[in-house]
Amino acid sequence: MLEVSGITQIFGGVTALDSVSFSIAKGDITGVIGPNGAGKTTLFNIITGIYHQTAGTVTLEGKDVTGLPPERLARLAMVRTFQNIELFGGMTVLENVMVGMHTKSSSGLLACALKMPWTVSEERRIRDGALKWLEFTGIADLADHTAGSLPFGKGRLLEIARALAVGPRIVLMDEPAAGLNSQETLALAGLIKRIRDLDITVVLVEHDMELVMDICDRIVVLNLGKKLAEGTPRQIQESPEVIAAYLGDDD
Amino acid sequence: MKRDLLLFIAFALLIMVAPHFFHGGYLMNVLVFVGINTMLAIALNLLLGYAGQISLGHAGFFGLGAYISGVLTTTYALNPWSAMPLAALVVGCLAYLIGFPILKLKGHYLAMATLGLGIIIYIVFNETVDLTGGPSGLSGIPNLEVAGVVFDSDVKNYYLIWGVTLAVMLFSLNLANSRIGRALRAVHDSEVAAQVLGVNSRVLKVQIFALSAVISSLAGSLYAHTMTFVSPASFGFNFSIEVLTMVVIGGLGSIYGSFLGAALLTLLPEFLRGANDYDIIIYGALLMIMVMFMPGGLVRGIPALYRKIFKQKGEGDNA
Repeated sequence: MLEVSGITQIFGGVTALDSVSFSIAKGDITGVIGPNGAGKTTLFNIITGIYHQTAGTVTLEGKDVTGLPPERLARLAMVRTFQNIELFGGMTVLENVMVGMHTKSSSGLLACALKMPWTVSEERRIRDGALKWLEFTGIADLADHTAGSLPFGKGRLLEIARALAVGPRIVLMDEPAAGLNSQETLALAGLIKRIRDLDITVVLVEHDMELVMDICDRIVVLNLGKKLAEGTPRQIQESPEVIAAYLGDDD
Repeated sequence: MKRDLLLFIAFALLIMVAPHFFHGGYLMNVLVFVGINTMLAIALNLLLGYAGQISLGHAGFFGLGAYISGVLTTTYALNPWSAMPLAALVVGCLAYLIGFPILKLKGHYLAMATLGLGIIIYIVFNETVDLTGGPSGLSGIPNLEVAGVVFDSDVKNYYLIWGVTLAVMLFSLNLANSRIGRALRAVHDSEVAAQVLGVNSRVLKVQIFALSAVISSLAGSLYAHTMTFVSPASFGFNFSIEVLTMVVIGGLGSIYGSFLGAALLTLLPEFLRGANDYDIIIYGALLMIMVMFMPGGLVRGIPALYRKIFKQKGEGDNA
């Protein structure tokens, strides 16, 4: 599904990522974990076209997508969410998700301004599609609220609903459980599993180990910009290198 | 939405019957300017209020529309109805080409770049004396004419200008409530999130910049054909700022707000004429008070004030 190979990122004199390679299988939930500063978010920013890496390639469904801008990746069915949720605060919850349908609609600027007949039916389709994803994430009752006024947990669900509206085959989530209480985290775990059941591959950067161990099929561990380990949750829990990285060495 | 359409029809009817209460006279001439300024404020609002991109050079696009129309119909004796779309096309293409490099800039840098653009255009009007008549202006621009009716009186011009202004309003309202309008507001709130969702923000910003320039050019052409005289002084930096003030005072991201802002800033100086030398001080003070107490602009401030006075519970703002 997604393959990164030899990703290296140098900021000034600091090597944030050093030749990181791994591949993600279709239909899996994959967790990317590691201590703070391991390069997880940098890696996400590179995969999703926000940063341009110093070296290395990203391959999506067999296609080289290295250096493509985010809007092109959206059309190739890859979408992401942000650690500090990036909502369109001045718009309603429903409108936020309707923006997610952007690539699923095509009316141009003039057609919209002249309200051509086909734009009216397209608008209805966008609205219905957006409502469907609000129901999927369980926030349909908030449809007319201003997104900027949502509590953090609901905002997180909205960001996920908006990402799903793009119709992705792969979703990358940057710390989806950050800032959520334990109940919300539990609901999130259920939601992520339901997303996987839609045949959508999920990759997540996460610090909440309980969540990662519970829902992930595979885990990639980064430390100091290098890949430390890769495997099933059980393998990772038993890996001496990972334990050393997290708890510190005795030497 | 039904309610939006009804509001627009009510507004259009109000505009159409308004002249019957004024019986011509000087005020009609001022109301013609309210129409032209409403178009300009809407043009800038699409860019600033919706897409979140500033321009301090819109008087330049307004002036280009006026001068291209003016020169083509005087020196080259072209029909005004052909000159206006030609001017709009030229200005649109120019804005499109300039838009790509200029809209990569953000915030203050974009403000500076558009400011420079406006100043360059202003200098061109002044210096190309052979073409534009230079500082002394260009006169003898013909009025528009439809089936033998020449638009040469204030009342006729009122209906001409407001007919076009209402069309521009409807056009902009449709745009604002469409997928493109949402994408613009998304770019405004979080450009990176909009891009991740597949919005090509770079192209979209340039498109709306060009559209904004085209509407400004159209307003300029209509200005030239109703005034029959243009001079560079009307298209300077001051006027760009005045249009910006209309947008902010009226309400960012609201088409009706642009009308309110344009109406207030065009009418206020006329009403303050009685205050003689103090008019500019009162004008400035009123603007300051409005920005302080109605930060969302008139379009949000007036309903809030209404609710406060009648002690009703607010139900959120209707922009």
